Parts: sequence; structure tokens; C-alpha cells
Amino acid sequence: MLLIQCPYCGPRPELEFAYAGQAHVARPADPSATTPDQWTEFLYLRNNTRGIHAERWRHVRGCARFFNALRDTTTDHFLATYRAGEPMPVLPMGQKP
Amino acid sequence: MADAALRRTVGLPTAAWLESPVPASRFILRGAAAARAAAGQGFGLPLPETACRAATDGNRAALWLGPDEQLLLAPDGEVDSIEAALARALQGHAHSLVDVSHRQVGIGIHGPHAEWLLEAQCPLPLNLRAFPVGMCTRTVFGKAEVVLWRPAEQVFRLEVWRSFATYVVELLREIERESAA
Repeated sequence: MLLIQCPYCGPRPELEFAYAGQAHVARPADPSATTPDQWTEFLYLRNNTRGIHAERWRHVRGCARFFNALRDTTTDHFLATYRAGEPMPVLPMGQKP
Repeated sequence: MADAALRRTVGLPTAAWLESPVPASRFILRGAAAARAAAGQGFGLPLPETACRAATDGNRAALWLGPDEQLLLAPDGEVDSIEAALARALQGHAHSLVDVSHRQVGIGIHGPHAEWLLEAQCPLPLNLRAFPVGMCTRTVFGKAEVVLWRPAEQVFRLEVWRSFATYVVELLREIERESAA
């Protein structure tokens, strides 16, 4: 079974986790000054990455916390996981999402 | 009220390794570090701050479920006194304290095969190195979400939502039957 490193609980089986969409999607800071196109982008448009993708996961059947992960979508390999609010870690080989 | 939690589990099959569910007082406490420290004083037991570890003192226990979430266990009938003590201790701290005594039932599993029985349907390794005495965590057992706690080497306690209790116990019996064949 695939093990995912929860930033709070350590390595845990995939079964306990839930995917929660792309990470680092920031809500517009000033809603009234945001154009419909910008709202569309925030609400609906997501990357469809082939390769490293920054995404949110939730350890729903464990500590129930949301956290972020860098995952390769071609191999399903988790390169790094980090707590929500922390900056995206620099990968050892310099890969970027 | 405590009977309501047990009504669903009446008639559950019993086994030498299975303790029938006993009523208990249970709370879910959520709050920041300061609130947790204050709650520990009110509860009479410092709450565990290490991930996936439980703290016990006499017949009270606090289980770490998440960075800001704790499950507090105490004998049946202490809901009101604990609620009052925690309300006093937590004055001025933002927190949430929910009485979940009747939401779940506690199932005890003990004996040399306890670890083996649970491993059949739990995705976590339960050997002593991976799951030492004092460890607790929310996880899955079969299709049910459970809180699993190991108070002693050959003793496990499962906290299961009461509507899942029959399923969990029947599944454990099924595992036992299959292994005996």
C-alpha cells in the first residue's frame, strides 16, 4: 500500500487520506476590485499537470488535518509533504511544480 | 442515557478476548495550546502533546487525535462534574468541548491474538515497534472509522461510533472464525 507522510502523524497508509484539490490557490484579497475573469480563474481554473503537482490532502481518517504535498502525477510518487501555511519546500533535485 | 449508547450493542456476540462495551464519559476537546494546558489542569491530567500518544492517570485518559483535538475518557456518570471543571478551567480560552459519551462505544480486545485480529482489517502495522504501548490514533478498521488505543502490550481499546459497533464486532468474529478453520 502507498504510504503518505502526514506532517503530523508520520508515514500512514493511503487509505486514511483524501485528496483536496490544487494547493496554493489564493482567494483574491480585494473581492470588490476583482474582475469576473479573475473570479473565474480562482473558482474554476486549475492546472492539469503532467509531472509534479502541488496539491492539498487531508488526513481525514487520522488527525483530520489538511496539508500540502508535492506529487508526481505520472508516477504517483510523493516528493514532499508540508503543513498548510508553510512555504513550498525546495526539492533536492531542484524540480518545480 | 448511557443505555441508549449500549442499546445498539445489546446482543453483540462475546468472546474470551472481547470485553463487552461499558458506558463511559467521553469528550472531544478542541483548542489551541494554551486552552489544552488549561484543560489539562481542569481534567486533572496533562493532555498529551506528542502526536498519537495517550496520557492516563487512574481511570481517566486523554488521547491525542490531532494537533488541536483530544479525546477525553472517564468513567460513566462523570459528565456533569467534568464539564463543570473544564468550564471553570477554560474560562477565557477559545475552545470547543463536546460531550460524545453516547456517540461511540468502547470495545476492549485483549490477549495474545489481539494484535493479529486487528491487523487483519487495519492498514497500520500494529507490532510493538510500530505501535508501542500508549499509542493511539484514529484509523480505519474494515470500512469503519475507529479510534485505536493500546493501553498495554496485549490490550487494545477501540472507540467506535455506535452504529458501526455491530459491524466491527461481527468482523472481528469473522476473522477469528476464518483463522480457526
